[in-house]
Amino acid sequence: MTLAQAARTETSAHETRDEWIDRHSGRIMVLPATIILLCFAIFPLIVSVYLSLCRFALAGGSFTLTFIGLYNYKRLLFGAQQYHLIGTMKPIEKSGWIAFVVYAALVLYWLVRYVRTEFTIAGFIGRLISIALLTGLVLAALATLPPKAYQGTLLTTCMYVLFGVTAQFALGLGLALLCAQPIRGRSFFRVVFFIPLMVTPVGVAYMFRMFADMQKGPFAPVSHALGLGVWSWADQAWSARLMVLVGDTWQWTPFMFIVLLAAVENQPRDQLEAARLDGATGFQIFRDITWPAIAPIAATVVLIRLIEAFKIIDIPNVLTAGGPGLATESMTLHSFIAWRTQDLGGSAAIGYLLLFVSTVTCVSFFNYVVRLTRRYQ
Amino acid sequence: MSGAADSPGVIRRLFEAKSLEEMSTPTKIVVYAILALWTLVVLFPLYWVLVTSFKVEVEVDSGPFYIPFVDFKPTLDAWNFMLLQNNTLGPYLNSIIVTLASTVLALLVGTLAAYALVRIRFEVKLAAIVTFLVLLVAVIVAVAALHTPWQVAGVVAIALFLLSLGTFVGRFKSAVGNNDIEFWMISNRIMPPIVAVLPIYVMFQQLHLLDTKFALIATYTGVNLPIVVWLTRDFFAGVPIDLEESAELDGASKFRVFFTIALPLVRSGLAATFMLVFILAWNEFLLALFLTNAKAQTMPVLVAAQNTTRGPQWWYMSVLIVIMIAPVIVIAAFLQKHIARGLLVGAVKG
Repeated sequence: MTLAQAARTETSAHETRDEWIDRHSGRIMVLPATIILLCFAIFPLIVSVYLSLCRFALAGGSFTLTFIGLYNYKRLLFGAQQYHLIGTMKPIEKSGWIAFVVYAALVLYWLVRYVRTEFTIAGFIGRLISIALLTGLVLAALATLPPKAYQGTLLTTCMYVLFGVTAQFALGLGLALLCAQPIRGRSFFRVVFFIPLMVTPVGVAYMFRMFADMQKGPFAPVSHALGLGVWSWADQAWSARLMVLVGDTWQWTPFMFIVLLAAVENQPRDQLEAARLDGATGFQIFRDITWPAIAPIAATVVLIRLIEAFKIIDIPNVLTAGGPGLATESMTLHSFIAWRTQDLGGSAAIGYLLLFVSTVTCVSFFNYVVRLTRRYQ
Repeated sequence: MSGAADSPGVIRRLFEAKSLEEMSTPTKIVVYAILALWTLVVLFPLYWVLVTSFKVEVEVDSGPFYIPFVDFKPTLDAWNFMLLQNNTLGPYLNSIIVTLASTVLALLVGTLAAYALVRIRFEVKLAAIVTFLVLLVAVIVAVAALHTPWQVAGVVAIALFLLSLGTFVGRFKSAVGNNDIEFWMISNRIMPPIVAVLPIYVMFQQLHLLDTKFALIATYTGVNLPIVVWLTRDFFAGVPIDLEESAELDGASKFRVFFTIALPLVRSGLAATFMLVFILAWNEFLLALFLTNAKAQTMPVLVAAQNTTRGPQWWYMSVLIVIMIAPVIVIAAFLQKHIARGLLVGAVKG
């Protein structure tokens, strides 16, 4: 370690200061980054654990922290706050159970295949953790689907991540494939398609609120013509969520597009030409040449997006303020609201649950998907 | 893995003009139609914001008007109010200072670390890390539960840590290498900011630095550091080592080699990283919301705060959004080509 050797070398007087600096340059170079990350990542991470195990109370001008163990987590997962995090649950209907059986069969098949082909203990335990989280989420989703049941912030966040990232990837890949065609004005499209990434997410949210205003927005004549009257997307849970997803997708499709375009343009040219000479169709070329070439990059870019997608707050906060009810509230927003109501312990606990869900998801995605695509090469 | 190793080839292919092969006419029409449609999807909302910023209240409330000079008369009222009467320029200046300072700092600290991790072999004793973490937890518990002053706890912990390094840590063999350090640095990005922000808030409160630009600059530097390390390490890995070695044989120090040889060689990669980190810091909302109040407020917070009791005043809001987008577009226009490359190299290596 740096400091120990620093202490040791101080005793050897033969060395000049410059020589000492040069010999330790590697450590000196890494030290600032390490200190900053310790201050702004590791230290907060540990303090947050402690906060999440405490009850915070304002007393006079000061505050007190009382250690209460896992109470905050219990309250969120099983107790009085369950409606907020997971949702209001009702007994699962018959169709729900059928879906669950199909899901269970698929997961079992995947696990058995893994055990038969390449078994390691660490890999097996990792898969069990992934499956446990996924099964929990699937059951919660099924239990909040019947009428009069509502989804909480955990499920809403997962929904944003799942549908948002899928839509952004599909659109980004589609546009990238089109832009890689021999067309004119490619640099124009490249520049224009990049713009949304530069707009503040808060700005995107206001922009879409203004844009989708059915009374004063640009589409007001259309909604009048359709006789929708005073209908507003903000009153319905599903349409409000859709609006959040539209804003998020508008903003983040460019990111997928720009990287995938670079990847598509980078695919082996000679193979492409050979395939064309042999009369392969566009789809065949995509399946056998383009996709294997871009798959590792595509997987990595999805991973980056996954990491960021779990953090969503700006757009639902401004666009709908989490409403109607809890329908569009993300976990980060939930945590922020808990903080504002002086529930620091609860806020930290929600943050930690989010950290758990996003870490398990991202690590799973890395191990099961990103690694798989790299094996091609 | 290819990527950084043959990046000159990658770069040439990326930007060379492709021969215009023939497409059949119907295909061509479909392709251009879809591209034009998406151009519209991207530009129309922005256009709407731009024209709204030249409207007054009546024109917004009485229904949609689309084209300035044709169906409404544009005025500069909103611009006048937001820029001259309202306190917009303060937060704007804050945003510029905080973003530039934190981006430059993150780039400096991050490239130094990335370069060292690529070029120099590290070995950190696992026992040292464990000792450090145990002491950190002990300090936090002592301060929070036993009300020890944090200064005292900190000094005691540092002393104990140094003592442990001199004594028992050396006996343990297991150590972590460069890849582990790198992975640790990058993985910090997975942490949602909401987890970190409460302790950071308390920390700055204790240091009486809440609502200062310094707090925001330091925090943004920390938050964006993993991205810088992750992207730039691949640029450095792609640079041939011969130049640096010959410079070192001539007696140049590692720092000199870094600043005069390695950094200039990866400048286009730096441009891409700069752009990305700039956008992230410029648009950051959650941390600024927690850490600032009035004095150090940044633009995203100001924009979000426009939701007044009378409902958002779209014409004012539009001005804010336009002036927030403008500088980023100008910078991006200059650096646009580098961005794709930077992201590509980063993504290939992962």
